[in-house]
Amino acid sequence: MELAIFILTSLVAIVAALLVILQRNPIASVMYLVTTFVAQAILFIQLRAAFIAILQVIVYAGAIMVLFLFVIMLLNLRREDFGKDIKLKYKPLAIAFAVVLLIETLVVINASMIPAQPGADLPATFGSVQGVGRELFTTYLYPFELTSVLLIVAILGAVVMAKKKL
Amino acid sequence: MVPLEYYLIVAGIIFTIGMIGVIFARNIIIIFMAIELMLNAANLAMIAFSRNLGSMGGHVMVFMIMTVAAAEAAVGLSIIIALFRNRDSANIDEVNLMKW
Repeated sequence: MELAIFILTSLVAIVAALLVILQRNPIASVMYLVTTFVAQAILFIQLRAAFIAILQVIVYAGAIMVLFLFVIMLLNLRREDFGKDIKLKYKPLAIAFAVVLLIETLVVINASMIPAQPGADLPATFGSVQGVGRELFTTYLYPFELTSVLLIVAILGAVVMAKKKL
Repeated sequence: MVPLEYYLIVAGIIFTIGMIGVIFARNIIIIFMAIELMLNAANLAMIAFSRNLGSMGGHVMVFMIMTVAAAEAAVGLSIIIALFRNRDSANIDEVNLMKW
């Protein structure tokens, strides 16, 4: 049952990811990207990462994708801006690179010595808000504080870049 | 219990699709979305390893990646707006000022 859900969800994620890059209309692309993110959130729940799954839906599929949609509609793209086709000149090269990368990834995954799974002895708070919060504010407090600096820089950068006169 | 390798294979496939998108696509917004796909594939691998090792470090890492992705989306989209204002196009083939 778990495997069936996994296969179905990952198929949805992969097909939607393919459709993201094959669409000409960016708005359709955003919708397929949201589909991929929600499918990945289901995979996260299967991996007992409930808090991260919720964050994935709210922050990624919600906030970031709304930002994308907002910008696409702000740009007011004409139909010819959608791009006639993918760059034909680079098509063989891109396919070759992609196949090589995929095979390489699969070979490395196959060859790596992954230790056996711990099974059911995970703590009850694994992946919950409490568990993630405790890690975030004790072990990883310093990186967490640095995140705020990153966000400030991003806000300033966005304001400066989007100004009328650079 | 689904083995870890299956999750890693799915993450690898999604990452590869994202890379094809970055090389293939002409529309700068689609390229940007392909980058988001690659970040998400990394997230999936991170969570899978976290589950496998029974450690919460991967969850915190994904939290950080999401923050970076949000910051990157904000800055990148404002760059796209500035680009569109100057070039009036979202096609990257027309952005070749710094090409040697």
